[in-house]
Amino acid sequence: MKKSQLTPAPQAAEYVPVSGDFELLEQEDIATDTNYASQGYWKGVAVHFMRNKRAMLGLVIVITLMLLAFIAPMVSGYEYDEIVTALNAKGRKKPATGISPRVPAIHEMLTGEPYDDLFADKVFLFGTDDLGRDLWTRTWYGARVSLMIAFVTIIIDMLIGMSYGLLSGYFGGRVDNVMQRFVEIANSIPRLVIVSVLAIFMPKGIGLVIVALLLTEWIGMSKIARAEMLKMKEQEYVLASRTLGANSWHIIFKEILPNTIGPIITQVMFSIPTAIFTEAFLSFVGVGIVLPQCSIGTLIEDGFNNITTLIYQIIPPIVVLALLMLGFNFIGDGLREALAPKLEDM
Amino acid sequence: MKKYVLKRLGMALLTLLIIIFLLFLLVRVMPGNPFPSERMNAQQIANKRAELGLDDPILMQFWNYMTKLLQGDFGMGTSLYNGAPIKTVLNTCVSNSFRIGGLAVVLGTLVGLLLGVCAALNRGRFLDHFCTVFSILGVCVPSYVFLIFLQYNLSYKLTLLPYFFNEKQFLQSSVIPVVSMSLFTMSTIARFTRNEMVEVIDSDYVRLAEAKGLHGGRLVRRHVLRNALIPIVTVLAPLIVDLLTGALVVEKIYGINGIGKLMVDAIAGEGVDYNYVLALGILYSTLYIGIMLVVDILYGALDPRIRVSAKGGANE
Repeated sequence: MKKSQLTPAPQAAEYVPVSGDFELLEQEDIATDTNYASQGYWKGVAVHFMRNKRAMLGLVIVITLMLLAFIAPMVSGYEYDEIVTALNAKGRKKPATGISPRVPAIHEMLTGEPYDDLFADKVFLFGTDDLGRDLWTRTWYGARVSLMIAFVTIIIDMLIGMSYGLLSGYFGGRVDNVMQRFVEIANSIPRLVIVSVLAIFMPKGIGLVIVALLLTEWIGMSKIARAEMLKMKEQEYVLASRTLGANSWHIIFKEILPNTIGPIITQVMFSIPTAIFTEAFLSFVGVGIVLPQCSIGTLIEDGFNNITTLIYQIIPPIVVLALLMLGFNFIGDGLREALAPKLEDM
Repeated sequence: MKKYVLKRLGMALLTLLIIIFLLFLLVRVMPGNPFPSERMNAQQIANKRAELGLDDPILMQFWNYMTKLLQGDFGMGTSLYNGAPIKTVLNTCVSNSFRIGGLAVVLGTLVGLLLGVCAALNRGRFLDHFCTVFSILGVCVPSYVFLIFLQYNLSYKLTLLPYFFNEKQFLQSSVIPVVSMSLFTMSTIARFTRNEMVEVIDSDYVRLAEAKGLHGGRLVRRHVLRNALIPIVTVLAPLIVDLLTGALVVEKIYGINGIGKLMVDAIAGEGVDYNYVLALGILYSTLYIGIMLVVDILYGALDPRIRVSAKGGANE
């Protein structure tokens, strides 16, 4: 049909529409679809995440522990490396070694009489260790160190792995081949071997833990980023962007990156517990955090060394470690489900 | 299939060679002195260096090392500190680690599979929830914590089992390390099996098989489990390597003379023992790459799709 052949319909008189012509009489909101309200992608994810009880529990656990790790050492009244002492009858300083958890007020309420030793008025929620340091302060300080190491390394790993994977996937062909062979080799070196080689030429301490984690954790991220890139790069919006003259840099980091960030964040949530685990393990073995600094790992080691005499010492760090792992795993699971909801969950 | 296997094998060998070279290079060119200088004077150190061939060009050293390695000798054959030959030390350690790790692999895989299958078949019921809680616990708590717990309760409080590993009472004294080491594998496999099974049970072909009148054990064995098991093979590989090479801390705590303990002693002692680190690094990498290779080939044999896509990838 050719447009030129169409003749306009004969019009009797010019009619000017008024707003009253199109008024909705009974249902004023009929124009907006309330059953399937349109919502942004991230809002949908957030709603999904919030509905997931387990994920919310994980979030609550992690936030609580983080707050405690941040605030508890500041308000406890002790320093993490402070040996609590008191003057005994002879006027000598005595450290508060190996005191089991105590709150004087509760003890007095239950038994009717106060403690009769030198530290009768002091509160030790988790007791003290064999040098006389307050374990409540040390546990939360250790948790803070562990969390900090985990976050710092995982964020750097995310940046490295993400860029590597995106570039490898985007350019494809020979570049991809070379980059993937490198990943394959890097992935075949056991983490333990990397740690042991690092231990040869690095001093023991936080640095060693961070570098060991930096060298291993980026691989998983890069694989996920590459897989996402391969899925995305054939899509129309990428072609459109290229047609409009966008360069590779713009397409990779401005167009595609925002669309791949979901799975990457999920991977981050699973990597954080791995980092905490590794840190605890390295510190336990003795190549991690050095005294008087402490982390979850060194606290478990201290507790283990005194397990037959002071059993209560090992419990707080283990519980904190397990709760952190639990929390981050729950959040990760929740995020994964929220980002790629299955039909039956909707 | 043959081509696929050969390609994987070549790649694995090449990777291994590169890793060994890198390890060798790192250990050799590292700044610092492999000998404790406070115990030896300059002349002694120079003699020792000449004796071990440390002053040769690096490639020649590598060549010498590789020829010795291929003859089954881990290069400079003694510990730097106590002079114990690495070969004999490794022999006992590897056998200890492998026996205990092997038991842990078997226990973890079998119980994990069983638990996962039962949970998937009883979805939403008690066993399923139990499996979930169990697998969460197993993943969230490190194996050495379980070990400490078991050791404290069973050995120290109840004195049922030996407190430390004792080769003369292998069976009794391997109970605690095997159980605590296998828990992580067990829970990972249980969780993974459950999820895979559930996915397969919901798939169309299982529904079809059901519609055609298949049910019960036959359906589960023939159609569900077979397809669910394929991805599990890949998860299993790194777990096996970890267990066979000894959960480090478990061996250290329980006093097992294994590779893990050797490694901990080599890196966490007063000075790092280069020779041990090199030997153990090569051992670990070889095992890791070897098992990965086996799994890859197995995976290709189990699932023809993998083979085909790998071939396609090579042609591109």
